[in-house]
Amino acid sequence: MTSLSADKIKELEQKANDIRQSIIEMLTEAKSGHTAGALGMTDIFTLFYFHILKHKPKEPFWEERDRVILSNGHICPVLYATMAHSGYFSIEELKTLRKFGSRLQGHPHREFLSFVETSSGPLGSGLSQAIGMALADKIDGFTRGERSRTIYCFISDGELDEGNSWEAIMLAGKNKLNKLITIIDRNNIQIDGNTENIMPLEPLAEKWKSFGWNVIEVSGHDFRALNEAVEESQKIKNKPSVIIAYTIPGKGVKEFERDYKWHGISPNKEQAEMAIKELQNHRPI
Amino acid sequence: MLNPKLKLNPKIFNNDVEQVSIRKGFGQGLLKAGEENENVVALCADLMESLQMHFFAEKFPKRFIEVGVAEQNLVTVASGMAAMGKIPFCGSYAVFSPGRNWEQIRTTIAYNDRPVKIIGSHAGLTVGSDGGSHQMLEDIALMRTMPNMEVYSPCDAIEAKKMTLALAKTNKPAYLRLAREKTPIITTEETPFEINKAEIYWMPDIGLAQVGIIATGEMLYNALLSAKELEKEGIKTRVMNLATIKPIDKDAIIVLAKECKAIVTIEDHQIMGGIGSAVAEVLAQNYPVPMEFIGVKDKFGQSGTAKELLEHYGLGVQNIKEVVRKILKRKTS
Repeated sequence: MTSLSADKIKELEQKANDIRQSIIEMLTEAKSGHTAGALGMTDIFTLFYFHILKHKPKEPFWEERDRVILSNGHICPVLYATMAHSGYFSIEELKTLRKFGSRLQGHPHREFLSFVETSSGPLGSGLSQAIGMALADKIDGFTRGERSRTIYCFISDGELDEGNSWEAIMLAGKNKLNKLITIIDRNNIQIDGNTENIMPLEPLAEKWKSFGWNVIEVSGHDFRALNEAVEESQKIKNKPSVIIAYTIPGKGVKEFERDYKWHGISPNKEQAEMAIKELQNHRPI
Repeated sequence: MLNPKLKLNPKIFNNDVEQVSIRKGFGQGLLKAGEENENVVALCADLMESLQMHFFAEKFPKRFIEVGVAEQNLVTVASGMAAMGKIPFCGSYAVFSPGRNWEQIRTTIAYNDRPVKIIGSHAGLTVGSDGGSHQMLEDIALMRTMPNMEVYSPCDAIEAKKMTLALAKTNKPAYLRLAREKTPIITTEETPFEINKAEIYWMPDIGLAQVGIIATGEMLYNALLSAKELEKEGIKTRVMNLATIKPIDKDAIIVLAKECKAIVTIEDHQIMGGIGSAVAEVLAQNYPVPMEFIGVKDKFGQSGTAKELLEHYGLGVQNIKEVVRKILKRKTS
């Protein structure tokens, strides 16, 4: 992992724009699915799959790969689209999302798409699985040297309502799992409204700190700052790290942005055309 | 008579029969599995000695994870470890695991098809004085309906040890149901053990049996006592140890039904959804015969000794004998 040049940032911006277009297209074709979180996390997924991750898309079971656990499985359109754009499978296949027989199930399922690291959907259990992976690597001594790998876990803010999340946060702190880096999609929305109205999470950073975590707060749309946050997390030796990434739900399409109603619905044809046009107009040249 | 091929404990019907808790057999099996395979790891939710996991923890401290009183985390962390090639055994009381964390087991273990072994101890009424809150009577039903999940319930400590070693070698998710109390030793180290195979433990000295009794877990002992006493009345039975509840040994059950033409099931569990239901699913589709179900009848338990509770809820020897006589009448009328 290295710092980002201006050219690299532009390339990432272009990729993120392409991935957002794919997300709109696949959700529209599927006629259902989760739009806001997928668009909101696109910059982060792009940065990881096109810069941060140690992985080989053509060799998805490469033993030394970093692991990515997506805990809030409902934003899987961004996972699928980013994987397709980075070469795991064809971009054409994205249009099978949520269809009968598709590898791209409504929520990720390993039985259908064997190279997702876990099946997910029900909230609050991804972090525990990531912890299990980090614990296994600690036992096996894969935490240092060339074969060292990092376990990344992507979670949402809303799923922190789940008690299971806090059981996990406690255990990772206790075991000082420094090869575990968690990224919270802090978009402030959940199905019934704003997170601070439904179930207040603040002061979120202080909560994680008090559980023994290294905490970094950063914009979820600033490639350079995000990259530095991950680099800084990599250097921490005796704690797990959490990056609270402030994201805009629906990012990239003005009409969808910051509106919790877009959590669990997909665009219709007209909305999709409008969204694609807007994205095309804003694609960096 | 006891099936001579199985080399069962010759002192089985003596008053001074050796008694050991089934969970202790698990603890010894886990230690041995750990010695045989370095990928075996153990996780516990603040019940290390209750689950007899301390043998393993003392020998392999780096491979033992204590998660605290957090059963949801227990199984989901185990799933993550299994994803990296470990064979995790995670232990708690059955009422908490799989009672509290059923969805986590479903999604992260069964749906992912990860070889995590869930150990639910203190199952059934025989927990005794702790009372109904701790007497898990619904776990067989919860676990056998879950795709990919296998369900096991050993009859004594020796079988529990063999089963634990066998589970460490399978690549499937599994639930192992254990009882708390000391129970009579039924088998011996020499008793042949084949996972997923249901064996006949008791059979007539000569001729065909009139009733087939299928029992699981520590209830096998009451089934054997009943069979011995019924023999004195001239009632010939066969007693099957259904230690593997899923995948169920269909062939053995059908063979038993064909011979006996009447089946009684016995389990320290709710009748609804338990082994009686599992056996009925097999027989109704393949070889329907009259059936009687011995188990808890849609009730919660309460405090008392194991013996008092089994008598009260109809799982005692006297009641088993009555039910066998009853089904014999149904069969011949």
